Amino acid sequence: MSDFLSYVLNGLAVGCGFALLASGLVTIHRVTGVVNFAQAMFAVVAGLTAGSALGAGLPHGAAELAGVAIAVIAGLLTGLAAVGRRGTTPQSALIVTLGVGILAYAVEIAIWGDQPRSFAGLPGSLEVGGVAIQWQYLLVIGVAAAVFAALALFFARTDRGKALTACASDPYGARLVGIDVLRMSLIAFALGGGLGGIAGVLVTPLQPISFDSDVALIVNGFAAAIMGGLNRPGPALAGGLLLGVAEALVAGYGNAAHQTEIALVLMLAIMIWRAVRTPVVQEETV
Amino acid sequence: MIQVRDLVVRYGSATALDHVSLTVETGELVALIGPNGAGKTTLVNTLSGILRPASGSIEVTGRLAHVPEGRHLFGDLTVEDNLRLGAWRSRDRDPSWLYGLQPQLAELRRRKARTLSGGQQQLVAVGRALMARPDVLMIDELSLGLAPLVVTQLAAELTALHRDQGMALLLIDQNARLAFDLCDRAYVLEAGRNVAEGPCAELARSPEVARAYLGGPVKEIS
Repeated sequence: MSDFLSYVLNGLAVGCGFALLASGLVTIHRVTGVVNFAQAMFAVVAGLTAGSALGAGLPHGAAELAGVAIAVIAGLLTGLAAVGRRGTTPQSALIVTLGVGILAYAVEIAIWGDQPRSFAGLPGSLEVGGVAIQWQYLLVIGVAAAVFAALALFFARTDRGKALTACASDPYGARLVGIDVLRMSLIAFALGGGLGGIAGVLVTPLQPISFDSDVALIVNGFAAAIMGGLNRPGPALAGGLLLGVAEALVAGYGNAAHQTEIALVLMLAIMIWRAVRTPVVQEETV
Repeated sequence: MIQVRDLVVRYGSATALDHVSLTVETGELVALIGPNGAGKTTLVNTLSGILRPASGSIEVTGRLAHVPEGRHLFGDLTVEDNLRLGAWRSRDRDPSWLYGLQPQLAELRRRKARTLSGGQQQLVAVGRALMARPDVLMIDELSLGLAPLVVTQLAAELTALHRDQGMALLLIDQNARLAFDLCDRAYVLEAGRNVAEGPCAELARSPEVARAYLGGPVKEIS
């Protein structure tokens, strides 16, 4: 029983990491219609930067902030490459993000080498019902809760959040009312970079990362984000938690090597379910 | 309000507008008619800044708002959100004054725009443009796909806005008779060129215009 509880709690924390990654995907897709394949790269860059900053003597907090800041810049640069030219279709932009992700491998290897790196997170653990849970896991859960609450408020309550949504809903209509669609798209990419960065600095102490960690991360992030059709943060959070707990249970009672398959099967099942359920609607074009 | 001189707009090598001129004075109701592909939408898109002219001049004084063909509402957002974003450029985005003018919008305010009927959507599209408090409202296809009764209602509201607030109107409509009834003056565009202009009553008496756009010569009422 205590094993089960410990798997669930750890799974929730890991799931929050997936959900944070998914929130960046959702933000970018909701505003630009682009599926951003470079999303997990932001997490990797942030994690590696934070590690280096700690190594250089920066205190905790400042080092993680530096990691997130670099991820914001990476997001902005990815946005410039993907949607910086007016008239780029989301499909072309998707391919650009794939290219940016691969280009980033070269940059990451040049700076940090190809070996996995990690750093210590919050030390110590908390006893819950006879189960010890690390403070770092609780930190991940707390930050994820705060980020999702802030995102939900931003998109649902502020005019700026609604203007961001309007850009993907009808870019032509958005331009007619005076919304600068290009600027909003770049803001979305920067925000997406920051969210990916937050995921990266929180997850790195739990599992060492290297340049190619982005594949496992993006698969899990997608599986979570697809729950809300890549547009809604709430279901993405639920998807991330579900995935995290399912993978922790499989790893605990079965074989840890099958974790990624869980994500893939879940993603496939949701996509098929959505495709069957949603009627095909012809989109109006300009 | 709007002064367009010798405007040339190209899509690649195709010329959509070929030295087009047009004026809309303060508080004036102007119709723009012509067959499909004449360049009417290109002209209003250029006035809105969506397209860049190759040459010619555009002078606009006061605020312009544009109701596009196909409405282009934000389907994922509510009616109220659509209206608020209509005032994106301004500080005051509260749509209460519009609800006073147009109670039907107040009833629909919590509905998602994509769930509305065509007539309701057009009402929201006009409302969203009005939120910018325009001095000139440009409407691209007011009546397309709408029931006659809905069109009559919308036309009456536009007339009231013109009367009460002195708002000018540049109206494009496939239904030239509606455009002529609503407006004082009209321009006829064909293949990207000005081919006729003048007071609507005069244009309606021209045999060419009557045949091409009004379904035959208009009988004089004596």
